[in-house]
Formats: sequence, structure tokens, C-alpha cells
Amino acid sequence: MNFWEYLGNRYQQLLADAFQHASAVFQCMVVATVLGVLIGVLTYRSEWAGNLATTAASGILTVPSLALIGLLIPLVGLGVAPTVIALVLYGLLPIVRNAIVGLRGVDPTLVDAARGIGMSRAAQLVRVELPLAWPPILTGIRVATQMLMGIAAIAAYASGPGLGNEIFRGISSLGSKNALNQVLAGTLGIVLLALLFDAVYVLVGRLTIPRGIRA
Amino acid sequence: MPETPVATSGAAAGSGAASASGAASASGAAIRLENLTKQYAGNPYPSVDNVTMEIRAGETVVFVGPSGGGKTTLLKMINRLIEPTSGRIRIDGEDVTDMDPVKLRRKIGYAIQSSGLFPHMTVAQNIALVPKMVGWSKSRVQDRVEEMLDLVGLDPGQFRGRYPRQLSGGQQQRVGVARALAADPPVLLMDEPFGAVDPITRDHLQDELIRLQHELHKTIVFVTHDFDEAIKLGDRIAVLRDRSHIAQFDTPEAILTNPADDFVSGFVGAGAALKRLNLTRVRDVEIADFPTVTVDDPLQDIFDKLRDSQGNELLLLDRHRRPYKWLRRGDLSRAKGSLARAGTLVHDTVTRDATLRDALEAVLIDNGGRVAVTGRRGEYTGVVDMATLMNSVQEMLEADRLEAAEHRSAGGLPEEGLEHPFVRDAGGPEGPA
Ligand SMILES: Nc1ncnc2c1ncn2[C@@H]1O[C@H](COP(=O)(O)OP(=O)(O)OP(=O)(O)O)[C@@H](O)[C@H]1O
Ligand SMILES: [Mg+2]
Repeated sequence: MNFWEYLGNRYQQLLADAFQHASAVFQCMVVATVLGVLIGVLTYRSEWAGNLATTAASGILTVPSLALIGLLIPLVGLGVAPTVIALVLYGLLPIVRNAIVGLRGVDPTLVDAARGIGMSRAAQLVRVELPLAWPPILTGIRVATQMLMGIAAIAAYASGPGLGNEIFRGISSLGSKNALNQVLAGTLGIVLLALLFDAVYVLVGRLTIPRGIRA
Repeated sequence: MPETPVATSGAAAGSGAASASGAASASGAAIRLENLTKQYAGNPYPSVDNVTMEIRAGETVVFVGPSGGGKTTLLKMINRLIEPTSGRIRIDGEDVTDMDPVKLRRKIGYAIQSSGLFPHMTVAQNIALVPKMVGWSKSRVQDRVEEMLDLVGLDPGQFRGRYPRQLSGGQQQRVGVARALAADPPVLLMDEPFGAVDPITRDHLQDELIRLQHELHKTIVFVTHDFDEAIKLGDRIAVLRDRSHIAQFDTPEAILTNPADDFVSGFVGAGAALKRLNLTRVRDVEIADFPTVTVDDPLQDIFDKLRDSQGNELLLLDRHRRPYKWLRRGDLSRAKGSLARAGTLVHDTVTRDATLRDALEAVLIDNGGRVAVTGRRGEYTGVVDMATLMNSVQEMLEADRLEAAEHRSAGGLPEEGLEHPFVRDAGGPEGPA
């Protein structure tokens, strides 16, 4: 069976895996974005808190994903839980870092102007600082998504959902007739999903970055 | 001397619904700074040290002083962007030192050097910010945006929807001023608002501000490095030393003719007499009549008038009565009766609002030693010549000297404007709502 025949045979399973993969990444990204921006907002004004948040987030990233999932399984069991936790944790770093850098990069005279015309602290943040920091935050989200696409494949190790299952099945039966097809289908599927998400982010950028600050 | 501004009472600022936009606008409130001190943590000495100052309702006060002297710090304590270490701030008699700073700032316009416009919002959105925050209705905000753009000389249709980066520096600065004035605050704080634009634009913006202030009578506190700007804009100038110590607080005339000490003289710089010319406007001197004809007059009439006129010269006006050419006797016959070729074009005119310095400049350049004065639409209103200017300057300096002498004999400290009793507007807008 060549690769195309394999795809033709298994497309239903592959589509279901792809959908689950995308859905897991998407949901984890939503959580990571909310958490990441929140952490950024809470820490960017303080030198040490901001640095601590960034360092902690990069610390997590240095843990190999397989090891992290391995460590999570005894704590939360198999399946969705370790997958979600791992993905959210990995997704945090680029978002937290870019949120802090973006918020700190807002021209201080604009913050001064916002205060000066009588904006409350919350209004300054929501109406001025976050919109101006949004382009770098969005970049962080994009980078995080790309990363999670790959990392999500590892989740299959913990019986998580997604295209990783395809890859692991292939790897565990190396030498069998479909092994290569399985690895190839899983990998290509992930690459395709990543490209698709990226296209969506370009669109999101177009829609959400105000015209006045679009590059 | 600038006239003492008289605050009109009954201005409706606090009572939002009562004043339709464009109707009554809030005129200035008096500001009193009492023993204001700011000590930044970690600095060996205070940046503003025990400053007491009385700013009258409706006047423009300019802070000038050396860089790092604490001007910005002093200014920002008025709207409490910087909290004073000690001292009180009163606006219209009310102590605002402890009120909610956010509410306070909505009643104080704030314009800064880099315009401070939010780049992700359109011009209209920027201007609408404060009116929206204080709860104006949508339609009222919309009207107000148009009105403010008109006020600062930008066509609403063209500029409303633009983003700040699509504006020139001068236009951004105008929008910055429009935003600061949008909710009709009685007080306007400006920190080197024209510091970053080229000299010609700066000059225009200064003229605009003078015109605005003529209409609005806000209390304006203006910070600058530029003493000429201070002279041009200020009803009174506070020359500040280090730590915002007041070296002299008086009218521009008094500071120019009677600087309190060497520090102030140093700031005034050379050419005080020339700078004095900036303080008087063409409308304050005698504008002479000049024989005129228009391009539509029959040629024969023009010939006759030229022959009869004493100075052997006529000013030819165009169809809109704007100065067009200087015609001397003989010019017409040399040009074989063609008005198009006869005479010399009028290069330069001044308006009634131009300073005597501008007028002198124009007179010096003109080979006939005079300049035509024009009205609002550029129409001819008269002529100013060298002799008039000389006489006026002599009179002016004489008057200044007399005034300075009186000042001294009255024994008044420079900080206290003795001849202007402090006028407070009892019915004016109060601080908090
Ligand atoms: N946030 C701050 N923390 C510590 N020191 C400050 C702070 N802001 C200003 N200073 C100090 O206070 C002094 C006065 O500063 P300020 O900005 O008020 O001066 P300025 O007169 O406005 O100067 P410039 O004309 O250059 O704008 C300076 O010595 C400055 O270093
Ligand atoms: Mg300053």
C-alpha cells in the first residue's frame, strides 16, 4: 500500500485525529493566552516580578516535553489532563514574555498622557496599553501555537488525543508495512495544521490590530 | 499691558446637561499652590522646593527656567500626575490635594510635547476620549469633536478619520490641544507643547493658541525653555531657578524692562528692546490711511489720483480689496497704461494681530519703508511706516520705565501682582462633581 492508498483507506481516522489535535491546541492556546496576558499584566510594572515570570516560563520550556508529561502522569493520570496541563505550560512562555516586553515597550509619554487626561488605571490598561502591546502579544501567541502543534504530538504518549497517536503507532511498529505511512501521515498532518493556524493568525492580525499601528 | 482677564460667571462645566456644546464654555479657574514641595525618593534635595504661587482665573502663566529645574514636576503636581511631598493645591478655592486624582484630571486639560495622541485611535476617537469618560451623550460628543477640530483649524471632514501617524507634527499638536480642551476644562496644562515642531509651525501654533485663548479665557499653565515663546504667550511669566524657586513672577513687560536679578537678565538674553516689540501688536499702534485705488477703477481716475496724491504714490487693491501693487507717479505711463505691468508687487503684508517686530521686519525689507495692514480676509485696512513704529516704541519704553519706577516705589515683591487685585469667579466651576 503506498501513501496515497493509505490516506484513502484511513482518511476518516486521520481527520478525526487532526480535528482532535487542532481542538486540543486551540483550547490550550485560549487558556494559555488568558493566563499569559494576565501574568504579563500583573508583573510587567515590577522589574523583579516581570523577570521572575519570564524566567519561570523559560524554565518550564527547558524541560523536555516527554519528561514533563511523564512527570505529570503520576500526578493527574493518563489522557486529557496531562496533555492540557503540559500544552498550557509550554504555551505560556512566548505569550508571557511578549506580553511583558510589549507592555513595557509602550511609549511612557502615552501612558503619561492617558493618566493626564483622567483615565483610570483599568482604562489605561484596556484602552491604551493592551491595544498598543497587542501586535507583539499576537506574535507570541503565534509562536506558541506553532510550538504546541509539535508538542501536542507527544501527548499521545500519555494516551492523549491527536495526530501523535498516528506517529506513535508507526514508531512502535517500525518495519511493518504501514509504519512509514503512519509516521508520515501524522507528521504531514501536523505541518498542515500549523500552516492553517498561521494563516488564521494572519487574518486575526488584520482584523484586530488597529489600522493606526499596523506595520 | 495685557488686560486683566475677567472671568465670566455662570459658566456651565460641572452641570453637564445644561450646556449644549458650543454654547457657554467654562472659563478659567484660579489656581493656588501653597508651599508645594516634591522630594523624589533617592534624590539628595527636593526637585520642587516650597513653591507658593497664585495663578488668576483666565490668565496664561508661563514657567520658564533651566533644564532640570523642576518645571515639569511643578506642572504635574497641579493635576497630581506627581503627588506632592507636602503642600496644598487649590483650584477655585477648593483644596484638591486629596480628591480622587482621576476625577481631578478630567477637569484639567493636559497637552504635552510629543502630542501624546494614541496612535491606535483616530483623530476623532482621541478627541472624544474625555467627553466620553465624563458621560456626555453620543451625539453631543460627536458635535463636540467637529467643533474642536474647527476650533484648532482642521477640517473635520478631512481629519476626523485619520490616524495620528497620517498627520504632520503641527497637525498632531493641534489635535493634542483639541483633545485637551474637548471636555471644556477650566484649566489647561501644557508642557512644552510646541517644543518638537519646526520654528515656523511653532509660530503658527502659538498664534492659534493666542486666538483660542482670546475666545476661551481658560487658565493656562504653560512650560517652555524658550523665553521668546514665554513673552509671546504669557500674561505673566514665572522665571524659575533650580528647584522651581521663583526668581521673578511678573508680566513680560516688567521682566523685560526690569529684570529682578542677574539670573533673570541671563534668561531674558540680549535684545530686550527688540523682544519688547513682540509684546505689542499692530492694532495697538496708529494705522495710517493711504490713498488707494482698485483694479476695477477706470484708468483715468487712477491717473488723476496719482497726480493729486501728496506722496506721489497709491496702493492698488485687487478685486477683493487686497493690497496688490504700489503705484508711483510715472509708473503707469512707463507701462503704457497697463495696470498689469505697472508698479511693484506688494510682497509682504501684516495683519492687525501681527507683532510690531513682524511689522518692523516687513518695513525694513520694503524699499518704501512701509507695510500694508490687512484684515481677516486679507483686505486692506491701512499702512504702518517707520516713523509710526519709532514713535510707538519710544512711547512704549517710556511707559514701561514709568511703570517699573512705580513698582519699585510701591515696594512690591515681584511675585505679587500688586496692580491686579486677585479676581475670583464665585460662580465658576468647582473641582469635583
Ligand atoms: N521620577 C523621578 N524620579 C527621580 N527624580 C526625578 C524624577 N523626575 C524628575 N526628577 C528630577 O527632578 C528634577 C526636575 O525635573 P523636571 O523634569 O521637573 O525638570 P524640568 O524643569 O521639567 O526640565 P526640562 O526643562 O529638561 O524638561 C531633575 O533633577 C530630575 O532629575
Ligand atoms: Mg520638563
